[in-house]
Amino acid sequence: MSTDVTDKSPAAAPPGKGGGSATGGGMLQLVLDGLRRNMRQYGMLIALGLLVILFQVWTDGDLLLPRNVSNLVLQNSYILILAIGMMLVIIAGHIDLSVGSLTAFTGAFAAVLTVQHDLPWPVALVLCLAVGAAAGAAQGFLIAYLGIPSFIVTLAGMLMFRGLTEMLLKGQTLGPFPDGLQKMGNGFLPEVGPDTNYHNITLLLGFALLTFAVLQEVRDRKRQQEFALEVVPRNLFLLKLVAISAAILTVTMLLASYKGAPIILLVLGVLVVGYGYVMRNAVFGRHIYAIGGNLPAAKLSGVKDKKVTFLVFLNMGVLAAVAGLVVAARLNAASPKAGLSFELEAIASSFIGGASMSGGVGTILGAIIGGLVLGVLNNGMNLLSVGTDWQQVIKGMALLIAVGFDVWNKRKSGS
Amino acid sequence: MAGPVLEMRSIVKTFPGVKALSDVTLTVRQGEVHAICGENGAGKSTLMKVLSGVHPHGSYEGDILFEGETVRFKDIRASEQHGIVIIHQELALSPYLSLAENIFLGNEHAKGGFINWRETLRHATELLRRVGLTDHPETRVTDIGVGKQQLVEIAKALSKKVKLLILDEPTAALNDEDSDKLLDLILELKKQGITSIIISHKLNEIRKVADSVTIIRDGHSIETLDVKAPETTEDRIISGMVGRDLDHRFPERTPHEAEKGAAPALQIRDWTVHHPIDQQRKVVDGVSIEVRRGEIVGIAGLMGAGRTELAMSVFGRSYGRYAGGTVLKDGKEIRTKTVAEAVDHGIAYVTEDRKHYGLNLIDTINRNISLTALSKVAKRGVVDEQQERQVSEGYRKSMNIKAPTVFEPVGKLSGGNQQKVVLSKWIFAGPDVLILDEPTRGIDVGAKFEIYTVIDQLAAQGKAVVFISSELPELLGMCDRIYTMAAGRLTGEFPRAEATQEVLMRQMTKDKEVTR
Repeated sequence: MSTDVTDKSPAAAPPGKGGGSATGGGMLQLVLDGLRRNMRQYGMLIALGLLVILFQVWTDGDLLLPRNVSNLVLQNSYILILAIGMMLVIIAGHIDLSVGSLTAFTGAFAAVLTVQHDLPWPVALVLCLAVGAAAGAAQGFLIAYLGIPSFIVTLAGMLMFRGLTEMLLKGQTLGPFPDGLQKMGNGFLPEVGPDTNYHNITLLLGFALLTFAVLQEVRDRKRQQEFALEVVPRNLFLLKLVAISAAILTVTMLLASYKGAPIILLVLGVLVVGYGYVMRNAVFGRHIYAIGGNLPAAKLSGVKDKKVTFLVFLNMGVLAAVAGLVVAARLNAASPKAGLSFELEAIASSFIGGASMSGGVGTILGAIIGGLVLGVLNNGMNLLSVGTDWQQVIKGMALLIAVGFDVWNKRKSGS
Repeated sequence: MAGPVLEMRSIVKTFPGVKALSDVTLTVRQGEVHAICGENGAGKSTLMKVLSGVHPHGSYEGDILFEGETVRFKDIRASEQHGIVIIHQELALSPYLSLAENIFLGNEHAKGGFINWRETLRHATELLRRVGLTDHPETRVTDIGVGKQQLVEIAKALSKKVKLLILDEPTAALNDEDSDKLLDLILELKKQGITSIIISHKLNEIRKVADSVTIIRDGHSIETLDVKAPETTEDRIISGMVGRDLDHRFPERTPHEAEKGAAPALQIRDWTVHHPIDQQRKVVDGVSIEVRRGEIVGIAGLMGAGRTELAMSVFGRSYGRYAGGTVLKDGKEIRTKTVAEAVDHGIAYVTEDRKHYGLNLIDTINRNISLTALSKVAKRGVVDEQQERQVSEGYRKSMNIKAPTVFEPVGKLSGGNQQKVVLSKWIFAGPDVLILDEPTRGIDVGAKFEIYTVIDQLAAQGKAVVFISSELPELLGMCDRIYTMAAGRLTGEFPRAEATQEVLMRQMTKDKEVTR
C-alpha cells in the first residue's frame, strides 16, 4: 500500500517465478503489475513528470532553470510541510481546517517574541513549536476524547486562531525577523571548500543521500533473501537503483549549480524521510492506517484509537507551527492575512496524492507528489503570466481530474 | 377454510457460491397467520425477500401466485402495490421525523408536491389508533420506545392498504410486554381480514398466534403443519427444524481429557450486561461459564440469545453496559475493561462479523495479520517488515489462504479466505483462550472443514476454545461440552455424550417463564 522514495514497491508486486533470470517479457509483466497495484501513486508521479515536461516546453526551459527550481522549493515548502501532517489526519479518517489560521498564529507569536520582546530566536522557535503542539493537543482532545467531529472542532479553530492572530498583531504587519530566523525561510546551506563552480555541501549531501538510498535498497534485498522470501529479479532491481540515482543526481546538480540547497529543503527532506518511515514501519503509523481503514475492527484488535487520534492532531499542530515559522521567515514579517487558505491547499495536495475521503489510504510520498503537482502548476502558470483567476480554475480542475480518475479506475477494476 | 391467497412454487435462489433456497414451496391461506420457522441461515429471510421483490423477478427461479394470478415483482414498490408489505427485522424508520411523516414516507398526502398536513395528521391519527397507539402523530420516532416503533411500522403498512403482512422476527428486539401487545395486534388484524406471515423461532409465540407453520431447513421447505392440530407439539416442530444427520463434515476428533486439577483457563461468573441504549433490558443475565485448556466448549443459541453480546462484553467491554460479574483466568480474577487488557491476559475474540469488526478490508493480508501483535515483529516501536512478511507468508501457507501474495487486499478474498486471515491474526497474537463467534458463517463446505481442522489443532495444542454457533451439527461435531442460551440466560449445559440436536433446540427455544 504505501510506497516511499526509497521503498520496496516492486518487491510488493508479485515476484517473478525465475528469480534473477526473468526474461524481458516477464520483466515487463512485473513492471506492469507493479504499476497496476499502485496505479494511483504511479499515475500521479507520471502526471507530475508530464506537467514538468509541458511547462518546461511552454516556458522555453525557464521552469527547470536552477534559480527557478530553487524558488519552487522555497515557495512550496510550507504547503508541503502542512500536507505531510494533513495526510496523517486524513488517513486517520479526519480533516483539519484550522492549519492555515494556526500557521498565521504561530508566525505572529514568533514575531511578538522576537521583534517586540527581543527574545533570542532559538528560544522563540521552541516556544512557537510548543504553542503549536498545545493548540493541536487541545483540538485533538476535543475530537478524540469528547467525540466532537473534527470538521466542527477545526472549523471553530480556524475562526478562533485567525481572530487571535489579529489580536496579537493588532491588525498590523510585524517584522523584520532576526537573521537566524530569516535564514530558515530564505537561506541556503553555507559555501565551503574549493571553488568547483558547484555548491560543495549540496553536492556532498546529494552523494550521501544517493549512497544511503542505494545501501538501504541493497540491505533490504539481502534481508529478504535471508528470510527466504521471494525477491524482485536482479535486472529489475538494478533498473530501480538506476532510476533512483538519476532522480537524486538531477535535483542535486540543478540545486548545486545555483546557490545550493535551501535550508528549508533539508528540513523538508528530514520530515519526508522521517514521516515516511513512521507511517510505514512504526507501530504508531500502522495504527493510524488501522483506525482510518476500519475503526471498529481496530478497536477490537486492541488499538488505542483515542490516543492515536489525539497524537495525530497534536502532530498536526506542531507541523503547522513549523510551517508558520517558515512562512513568517520567508516574508520576513508576520501578517494577519498569512496562511489564508493554506488548509485547503494542504487538503487538496493530500487528495491529489491519493488519500481517500473515508480514510485508511494514502502515503507521505503521495502528499508530496500532490503538493508538487499544485506547486508546479502555480509556478509554471506564473512564469507564463496566467492570471490568478485562471490559476484557481485550473487547480480546481486538477483536483477533480485526479480524484475522478481514481474513482473511475476503482470502478473499472470492480473494487 | 378459505382458499390460498399466496402460493410460492419451487423457489430456487442462488447467490454467488451459495445456494440459499434450493426448493421451497409455500402456500398461505386467505385470512390466516402463517408462521415460518427454521434455524438461522435456513433461508427464511431470503424467501421473504424474494416474495417482496427485494430480490426481483428474474434473479430467482419458480413462480409466485398472489390472489390466483402469477406476479413478477421488479422491486418492493411493485409488491406493495399488490398489498404485500414486509416489515424487516431492523426497523426502517427515520428517527428524527414525526410518526405521521414516517407513516406516509414515500406515499405522502400531497398536492402539486406540497404536503396536505391536515389530511396527513387526520389519517395518521386514525392509523395509530388502529394499531393501539395514542401518541400524537407529530411525536418524533426517536422519542418513543422500540416496541411502539414496531407498531408504527405496522401503521405504515396499513396506510399502504396491506393485504399480506410479512413480519421478520418482529419480537426479537422487544421485551415481553411489548411482544404480547404486538402479537395481540396481529390477531386483531386477522379479524379485520389481513393475512400475516410471521418469521419466528419462538415456539410459544407460534403457538399463540399462528394457524399453520411451514418449516424450512437448508433451503428446502420441509413440511407445513396445522398448529391447532393436537399432534403438532413443540417437539414435533423442533424435530422438523433440526432433522438431518451428521455426515463426515468434521475432522476425526478424540475428545480431550481436559486436565482436572488445574483451574479452568477461563471462568466467567454471573456476567450481566444491559443493552447499550435500552438500559432496562438485560441482554446477558447472570451467565456463568468456564472452559479448560485443551477443551472446546460450545455455546448454542438462536438470534438474540445474547451469545455475541456475552463474548464481546467480556472482551474489553466492547458491547453494552456492564452490570456485574467477574472474569477469572487460571483461577485468578483479571481485569478485561479494555481490549488491550483482555489481549494481554491471553484472550482472543474472533468476531462473527469479519467485514465490520474483524478486518481492514482495504489493507493487505500481511498487515491485517500483524495488527494485533505488531510488537512481536517490532523493536522499540519500529516494525521489521521482512520479519512481518515472513510471519504472514507462514500463515498464508499453513492456513492455506488462497491468494497470490500476502500483499493482496483482504477485501478481494472470498469469505472463507477472509475468515482464515482473521483466525491467523488472532492465532499470531498467541492467546490461551480463543472465543470463536460463528467462525464458519457464510463460507463454503470445503473451507469449513479446513477451519474445523484448525480449531481442533488449537485445542490439541492446549488452548481453551469457546465455540459460538447457531449450527447445531457443527457444535455436536466439534465440542466437548455445550452450553445453551436463550433470551440472555444460560438454559443448559451438556457433555458431548448427552447432547443431541433435539435436546439442544429445546433449551434454545426455552422462554423466560419456563426457565424461571
